[in-house]
Amino acid sequence: MTTKLRNFIILAGLSVIALVAVSLLIYVGVIDEYTAQILTLAGVNVIVALSLNLITGFTGQLALGHAGFMAIGAYAAAICVMHFHLPLFASLILGAFVTAIFGFFIGFPTLKLSGDYLAIVTLGFGEIIRVIMVNLKDLTGGAAGLKGIPSFTKDLTLQPTLSFTWVIAAMILVIVVMHNLLHSSVGRAIISIREDEIAANSMGINVFYYKMLSFTLSAFIAGLGGGLYATFFGYLNPTMFNFLKSCDFVIIVVLGGMGSITGTVISGFVLTYLQEFLRIMQDYRLVIYPFILLLIMLFRPQGLMGSHEFRLTSVFGPRAKRTAGGKEGV
Amino acid sequence: MEAVLDADNISIVFGGLRAVSDFNFSIREGELVGLIGPNGAGKTTVFNMLSGVYSPTSGEINFMGRDGRETRLNGLAPYQITKLGIARTFQNIRLYKQLSVLDNVRIAHHQNVKYNSLDAILRTKRFYTEETKIEAEARELLAIFGIDDKRAELASNLPYGQQRKLEIVRALATNPSLLLLDEPAAGMNPQETNALMDLIAFIRKKFNLTILLIEHDMSLVMGICERIVVLDYGKIISEGVPDVVRKDPLVIKAYLGQEAIESA
Repeated sequence: MTTKLRNFIILAGLSVIALVAVSLLIYVGVIDEYTAQILTLAGVNVIVALSLNLITGFTGQLALGHAGFMAIGAYAAAICVMHFHLPLFASLILGAFVTAIFGFFIGFPTLKLSGDYLAIVTLGFGEIIRVIMVNLKDLTGGAAGLKGIPSFTKDLTLQPTLSFTWVIAAMILVIVVMHNLLHSSVGRAIISIREDEIAANSMGINVFYYKMLSFTLSAFIAGLGGGLYATFFGYLNPTMFNFLKSCDFVIIVVLGGMGSITGTVISGFVLTYLQEFLRIMQDYRLVIYPFILLLIMLFRPQGLMGSHEFRLTSVFGPRAKRTAGGKEGV
Repeated sequence: MEAVLDADNISIVFGGLRAVSDFNFSIREGELVGLIGPNGAGKTTVFNMLSGVYSPTSGEINFMGRDGRETRLNGLAPYQITKLGIARTFQNIRLYKQLSVLDNVRIAHHQNVKYNSLDAILRTKRFYTEETKIEAEARELLAIFGIDDKRAELASNLPYGQQRKLEIVRALATNPSLLLLDEPAAGMNPQETNALMDLIAFIRKKFNLTILLIEHDMSLVMGICERIVVLDYGKIISEGVPDVVRKDPLVIKAYLGQEAIESA
């Protein structure tokens, strides 16, 4: 019991200190506004990538349309704030719920089948959503986009700090929820589907139910990420959520390690920063970025973390030692 | 005694192939029955029908759970059948290879877990007490099979014989009343097979199990089974106590061919 408490205090303390410390650094200007923006964007990317990792890395069902879920969450939250004048917090949650409902209805017919059907359906769905956003001009502003989405605060000097604090706090919350859920009987049921669907079914696990649970939760988290993105960025445009955006998340997940939360967090921050950093190379970055990805895949095909987790606290007792490799590649 | 499982005239057709036809079979509570037959006779197909992987084309399967209620198994999903109390192992081992031995067993406890997702996310007291209980139970089962010390290993790193044992442990963790073992001794040497026979006899008594097993190892089948059913080309060709089946000319013919009988 004491070890449990100690671990909790260490983790909670470290997250709060890191969050407050970096927020303060941004506030006093040690971390400039540009870097703060990259860090916030990375936080959003990590949230959506984590949601993708839940369904693809942990449940073993490849999904290729998470930008679509992000778009729904972003537009839904923005519309809630702008048209219905709901409070920001409620809009973010509502946006996530709307996305989860979409996830539910896409998953319901698709997840009954096993195989790569989900990949195809989510791929199509992502594109459909984008086209719908372009054509629903009254609500979404069409191709011109949605301008003037209220930020976390009206105070311009506080904006970078508060955006960062909100987004990273949400990211930590998502990490805690996912970690706790995955390290429980529910999580073991979800992971067993990835390992062997037939065996899972024969061990009394309702495979369809847990695929649905995982996919709906994944959509919810992606929607939350979208809502945060809309609030942080202040402007939405359907082309932001194209297929390449979905690919970005797949890259983050694969590079971090399928089935590793910490892997996704690390690769989310690294890749987001790398993309911005390479801007000084101008158009050459379109060559260098894929080249770096190729190198990593060549030397670490299981991703940075494999399916291991990086732990600050030493966990006692037997722990699942997982190695990657032998899992389906993307 | 009453029948725990009753298969009434079940058949299954794959395209033009009648894999199992008019399979009539019942097993009484506490019985240990062997299902044998040459390769491709349809033994595993029978298992797949009993455990819900396939649904029979015709015929009916009824199962009586520990609570004494009879349920028709046709069309139920495997996880529903497992919940009723039928657990199985697989001929070509289907462990969760990339997970630890302990996790393999804990996953099988899933249907008896008494906390929900919210308890897990909020880490309530119920979560911790249940998790402690699950781990203790899982380790107890592993200890019976002598692989508790391997609990932190990846399942794929176990030697073949222990993987087979782990599959049985995993099936037992679902708390079944009827256990279906698909070639539990495949790939084991005679000593290991002997040890496995003792183990099967032990768990049968300890957990009050009814067991149906498929096996090619005749010493195991003849040694522990009280009754044997012989399948060939999807049909039952012989049934009875080991000594009778062993001498049945139809069985000898199925295994060794017509010439074996004529020359004998």
